[in-house]
Amino acid sequence: MERRELLKMIALVTGGAVIGGEFFLAGCKNPEKGNGLTFTDDDIAFLDEVAETILPKTGSAGAKEAKVGLFMKVWVNDCYTREDQENFHAGMKKLDEACDKMHGTGFMKASPEQRTSLLVALDKERAEYQKNKQKEDPNHYFQYMKQLTIMGYFTSKEGRTTALRYEPVPGKYIGDLDYKKGDKLFAGLN
Amino acid sequence: MADNSFDAIVVGSGISGGWAAKELTEKGLSVLMLERGENIEHIKDYQKSNQPVWDYPHRGGRTQQMIADYPVLKRDYPLNERNLHYWASDKDCPYTEEKRFDWFRGYHVGGRSLMWGRQSYRWSDFDFEANARDGYGTDWPIRYKDIEPWYSHVEKFAGIQGTYENLPQLPDSVFMPGMDLNIVEKDVAARIKAHYENRRTLIIGRSANITSKLPGREKCQYRNMCVNGCPFGAYFSTQSSTLPAAVATGRLKLQPFAIVTEILYDKDTKKAKGVRILDAETNLTKEYYSKIVFLCASSFNSTWVLMNSATDIWPEGLGSSSGELGHNVMDHHFRCGADADMEGYEDKYYYGYRPTGFYIPRFRNLFGDKRDYLRGFGYQGGASRKEWSREIAEMNIGADFKEALSEPGPWRIGATAFGEMLPYHENTISLDKNKKDKWGLPVLAMNVEIKENEKKMRKDMMEDMKEMLEIGGAKNARTFDHDYAPGMGIHEMGTARMGRDPKNSVLNGNNQVWDCKNVFVTDGACMASASCVNPSLTYMALTARAADFAVNELNKGNL
Repeated sequence: MERRELLKMIALVTGGAVIGGEFFLAGCKNPEKGNGLTFTDDDIAFLDEVAETILPKTGSAGAKEAKVGLFMKVWVNDCYTREDQENFHAGMKKLDEACDKMHGTGFMKASPEQRTSLLVALDKERAEYQKNKQKEDPNHYFQYMKQLTIMGYFTSKEGRTTALRYEPVPGKYIGDLDYKKGDKLFAGLN
Repeated sequence: MADNSFDAIVVGSGISGGWAAKELTEKGLSVLMLERGENIEHIKDYQKSNQPVWDYPHRGGRTQQMIADYPVLKRDYPLNERNLHYWASDKDCPYTEEKRFDWFRGYHVGGRSLMWGRQSYRWSDFDFEANARDGYGTDWPIRYKDIEPWYSHVEKFAGIQGTYENLPQLPDSVFMPGMDLNIVEKDVAARIKAHYENRRTLIIGRSANITSKLPGREKCQYRNMCVNGCPFGAYFSTQSSTLPAAVATGRLKLQPFAIVTEILYDKDTKKAKGVRILDAETNLTKEYYSKIVFLCASSFNSTWVLMNSATDIWPEGLGSSSGELGHNVMDHHFRCGADADMEGYEDKYYYGYRPTGFYIPRFRNLFGDKRDYLRGFGYQGGASRKEWSREIAEMNIGADFKEALSEPGPWRIGATAFGEMLPYHENTISLDKNKKDKWGLPVLAMNVEIKENEKKMRKDMMEDMKEMLEIGGAKNARTFDHDYAPGMGIHEMGTARMGRDPKNSVLNGNNQVWDCKNVFVTDGACMASASCVNPSLTYMALTARAADFAVNELNKGNL
């Protein structure tokens, strides 16, 4: 049952609601044109670096190579509510300020080690906040960025074809396949 | 023959309409199949059937613009970027919700046969006798033996994969080789079977995905891209299966963009003489004539056509003399069940994206079991390893985190129940003449709700699954109820039910309208009860059976 498989896939596979993409949205707001929440090229470069810190280049492509910054722009602009857009934009500023506070420098000028230690700390703060927040409270700003980084990366051509085992046409089903630690996920067209 | 005259007119081109067209043309009739929406040609028009996720601007998700444009579709999974063009426009085709009703429609050639879930199950006499036994609704005019040969007939042609289980409540189909359960599902199935001593079973979900070749169709490639239309023709749809067969006879004319607005009723002969259509592109009306009419426009739209027909004789429409037209709406209530974690299979995985899950057939209120509600439910679910967007407790940033997310996560197993909804007379659709659609046609108003019986059942639907997961060896089993609104099952049924008595039913045992014997309704509108299994296979069988009857009657000069 494709339709329910899709639902299942999103629910099981992503293990939680995607902000803006969630399947049981109660409200709906029209996107407003010219609302002042625009992304500059510098913003996208900034988001690329945040994403690259979360999912860096290893044996497989990094988030920057997968153009995750550009993906975040498209998703925030088209799929987020106004409120989530505002939270996201404010979050970029907050992240930079947090970096300055921790390392005495903005995120773009911080070293890879400084960036990582900042995001590790922010991620702890995020996890704690998300766990304790009331349903109507806004999301932690790093929740948006981390979620979009993961989604943007693993649905990108670079991420899917280099970090996962991309098998678009399996041709058969094996329900009992031996697995050893280190073997990657299979991923298809979906 | 004049170009506007045919032996038969089939209204609608979905699962039921496709079968009507195939059966009637193969029996020698000239057939006009009318479809309200656009044509979608097999393979050629499945534009996204090979499109990887990264080629969607929003990676298959939904935008705020889509949410604004589709106020109904947004309520569940159908609103997404992958196959939005297969779903009817909420704006062009509004309806009135006296109570919330989620109506998800496919207005194009093939209808919802292109997007359906493909789960295919036979009914048993527990289902056909249910109304007679507990007094809800009216007795079905047929029993399993009446439909059994027609199930076989349609299964051989459509191609249903599954396993032979010999279960009285879920008769076996004529199967193609069944898809495999994965290792976790298999082990859970064995534990459930042993614990409940065969009274509960977990089997592969039976589905219309072919595992052996059929003429013109390749077997399933395990891509799980069915929603976009299958370029291999590996799942049953009008396009992959019934339409090519009907076209091959040379006796089919398919006309898209033809909205049937009424059946033309001749009060002298007391028969239909054809239909009137509105051209969806030009807004011009036209009439077509035929000896018989098969209404297969989907449950509610078939009834809508009847409600708009012969109103000079019957103000409530053709087939309304019993007072039951538009009544007894049913759906399957679902979205509740349980899920759990499964440990001990970290060295196991699977290959291929299987387009079906597992199925647990009904066990409640059967074989001596007695609950505080009537009827029962089945489960559909699956076991799988979590994928990349799970949270990983420790490695939250950086290279190790990325490597960990690239690997399969822990196993999880879960299922949602699909419950039978009783046929309540007061669950209705009616015409709202104050609201018009894009073409100026009156729209439907929905007044449907679930009641105490369904609400009581939902408790078992959750708790029973939790118990079976625990018996099956899973950990941390938890129930869920994601809320259900009528229509979400996309199994809308009833509104022109079959019955034994023209005083309390719209159709007889051969799907003939009691009030007009050359009009047949063979889609979900005809259902007198809902069972708890997915209904489409039963529509196929009822349609083939009615087509056989209709042609015999025509040949005898009775129509």
